[in-house]
Amino acid sequence: MGAQCNCQNESNKKVEDLLAKHRGNPNSLIVVLAGIQQELGYLPKDLLIRVAEELNVPLTDVYGVATFYAAFTLRPRGRHSINLCLGTACYVKGAPEVQEAIEKELKIKAGETTEDRRFTFDVVRCLGACSIAPVMTVDGEVHPRMTPERVPEVLAKYE
Amino acid sequence: MATVTLTIDNQKVEVEQGTTILEAAKKIGIEIPTLCYMKDINAIGACRICVVEVEGARALQAACVTPVAEGMVVKTNSELVRKSRKLTLELILSDHPQECLTCLRNTNCELQALAEAFGLKEVRFTRGAAKSATEADIDDSAPSIVRDPRKCVLCRRCVAVCEKVQGIKAIGPVNRGFETIIAPPFDQKLADVNCAMCGQCSLVCPTGAITEKDDTDKVWAALSDPNKHVVVQTAPATRVSIAEEFGMEPGSINTGKMVAALRRLGFDKVFDTDFSADLTIMEEGSELIQRITQGGTLPMITSCSPGWIKYIEHYYPDLLPHLSTCKSPQQMLGALIKTFYPKKAGIDPENIYSVSIMPCTAKKFEAERDEMNDSGYQDVDAVLTTRELARMCRNAGIDWNALPEEEYDDPLGLSTGAAVIFGATGGVMEAALRTAYELITKEELKDINFTAVRGMEGIKEATVKVGDLDVKVAVAHTLGNARKLLDLIREGKADYHFIEVMCCPGGCIGGGGQPIPTNLEVRLARIAGIYKADEQLPIRKSHENPAIKKLYEEYLKEPLGELSHKLLHTHYVPRGVYRKPEDIPESGSGH
Repeated sequence: MGAQCNCQNESNKKVEDLLAKHRGNPNSLIVVLAGIQQELGYLPKDLLIRVAEELNVPLTDVYGVATFYAAFTLRPRGRHSINLCLGTACYVKGAPEVQEAIEKELKIKAGETTEDRRFTFDVVRCLGACSIAPVMTVDGEVHPRMTPERVPEVLAKYE
Repeated sequence: MATVTLTIDNQKVEVEQGTTILEAAKKIGIEIPTLCYMKDINAIGACRICVVEVEGARALQAACVTPVAEGMVVKTNSELVRKSRKLTLELILSDHPQECLTCLRNTNCELQALAEAFGLKEVRFTRGAAKSATEADIDDSAPSIVRDPRKCVLCRRCVAVCEKVQGIKAIGPVNRGFETIIAPPFDQKLADVNCAMCGQCSLVCPTGAITEKDDTDKVWAALSDPNKHVVVQTAPATRVSIAEEFGMEPGSINTGKMVAALRRLGFDKVFDTDFSADLTIMEEGSELIQRITQGGTLPMITSCSPGWIKYIEHYYPDLLPHLSTCKSPQQMLGALIKTFYPKKAGIDPENIYSVSIMPCTAKKFEAERDEMNDSGYQDVDAVLTTRELARMCRNAGIDWNALPEEEYDDPLGLSTGAAVIFGATGGVMEAALRTAYELITKEELKDINFTAVRGMEGIKEATVKVGDLDVKVAVAHTLGNARKLLDLIREGKADYHFIEVMCCPGGCIGGGGQPIPTNLEVRLARIAGIYKADEQLPIRKSHENPAIKKLYEEYLKEPLGELSHKLLHTHYVPRGVYRKPEDIPESGSGH
C-alpha cells in the first residue's frame, strides 16, 4: 500500500495547487471540479465545501454543478467501470435480465459501487452497437450478446 | 432613447428598444400569461407558458425574454399559441400533486389560476411512479418555512430572490432533467443550513412549494384551553397589509379592525409591538449614546430583524460586537408579557400563552432561540404571520368590512408614530434620531421628518447635526445591501455611528410573512400607509410615550438598567456559513 499512499499525497498536493491557483475566482468552478474528479476519481464532500469557500461560490452552486454533469461523481468509483446498454435494441434483446444478473452477482444496484471498490455499475442509453445487442462494456472493452449466464465469467476477468 | 415599432395582435405599438414582447404587450392591454417570470427578479424563459408566435421565427418565442425588433409581428393568442401553452401546463401538472383543496395556497396559486384561465378540462399525462419528488422530500425542519418539492414547478424564482436580493442562495437546483429539485446542497434540511429564514422565497413561490410554517393550530388550541390566558401583540407592518387579504388596497391602515378581529378570535389581551418599538428606541438610543460617549464599538447596528441577525451570525461573526444588544421589539414585549404584565394583572405567568402577529417568517425562528427565555419561560410561544392571521379570521367567519375599530389594551398598548415607522426601511433610524436628538440636546426637534432615510433606495446615508456632533448614519434593506456595508466595516472604511439593517426589501412591510402578492408596487403603497399612520398619531416621538415613561417608573427604573439588561438585551451566536463535512449526513442524490 506504500506506493498508493504516495500517490494519494501527490493527488492531494495537486488538488491543493488547483485550489490555490483558482482562489477567489468563481468562474473557475467547473475547471476545479473537473481537476478534482480527475485526480481523485470523485468529488469528496469536504472538498466541495473547500471549493465553495476558496472560489467564493455558494455551496449550492458547487453542489448543483456537481450533480448536474454526468462527468462528476460524488462517491468514489470502483477500479472497473461497467456500462450496460438499456437502449431499445438491447432492451428487447434481454438487457434487463442481464442487469438483474449483474446486480445479483455484485450485490449492488445500478449507479452504485461495490464495497471493495472493484466495480462501479452504470446503465446507459444506447452505445450505438445495436447489431450485437445486448451490449455491455467494462473499462471500454465491448462484450457483445450478453446473457445472464455469461455475467460471472465476464466479470471474473477484472480483478 | 431609440424606439421600435411593432405589431402585436394587429395593434401597432411603439416602445423603447430593448423592451421585451411581454412588456410591450402589457402597454396595449394584453396580459400574456406567465409562470416563472417575475418582474425585476426572474426572467429566464424557462417555463414556456408565455410563448408567442413571432412572424418569421422558427419556433414559438418566450415573451418574457424576447426583445422587440422593428417591424416585428407578434401573435399572442393564436390557435398554435393556445395549444402550446395548454400542453405545457398539462405537462407541468402531470408532475404536480392534485391537492389544491388542502394546500396553503388554495385560491392564491398562480398554477391554479393558469389552469382556470386556460379552461383546462383534463390533464392527459401522468408521471406515474416516476415522480421527481415524494412526500419524503418535504422539509419541515425549520421553524419558519416548509419546502414541499412535490409542488415545485422549477421556476427558480425562490433561487433568484435568495441569490440576487439576499446574496445567500441557500437553495438551488440539484440533479438534472426529471430528477431536478430545488434544495439546499447535499439535500440538507433548511434548519441546518445558512438560510436566514426571511421567507422571501415563500413570497415569490407561485405555488405551495415553499410556504410559511403554519402555526394556526397551535394558537387555536391555546385559545380553546380555558386555563390559558392568551395574549397577542401585533407588529407595526401588519396594520397596513392585513386588509389586503380581505380585498382592500395595499397600504390601507387597519389597526383598529385588526384589534377588533383579534378580540373576536378570543384573545384575552391585545397588545401592540409598537409599544415595545418605542421601548427599543429608549434602550437602543441610550446604548448608542453610551457607545459614542464612552468609546464603544461603532458603528452600532440595529438588531430588530431576526433574518438579518441570523445572516450576520453566519457570514460576519467577527462583526457581532457591532450589533446593538437590544432584543427585537417582539422579544422585548414577549419578556414583559411574562414578567411585568402578570405581576400587574395578578396572573400566574405559567398560564400565559403569548402570541405575536408578524410580517415575518424569521420571527418564528427568533421566538425559538435559546436566548429568548429570560422571563423564565419561552417569552413568545407562537408567531403567526400576517397570512396566518388572515387564515384564522377566515376560519372564524369574520367579516372584515363589518368590523368596528377598537383600541389596544393597557398597559402594553399605547404607542407613537415613531414606533409605527419601524415597519418601513429607515423607520428605526428615523425614530432613533427623533429621540436621540431631543435627549442629547434637550431641545425640541423642529422638523421630525427625516426624509433622507426613507424610500426604496438600497443604501441611504445621512448626516444629522445633534448638538456639537455630526451623527453619520446609514440605512440598508435586503441582505445583499447589508453585505456592502459590512464589507466597508471590515475594511475599516465605514465612519458611520449608527446603521439600520432590515432583512427584507422595503423593510418589514415587505417581509416574508406578508400577503401574497408582495411586489414593488405593493411595498410602496404599504410604506405610504406607514408614514400616513405616523402622521395621524398624536404622539410621534418614543420618549414622549406616557406608557413607556410609566413602565420605567413602575418597573424597569432606567434604560440600560439592571432589569432592562436581564429582560430586554441579549447576545448573539457565531455560526459558520457551512457545516463541517462530517456533520452533513450522506445524501441520496448524486451519481
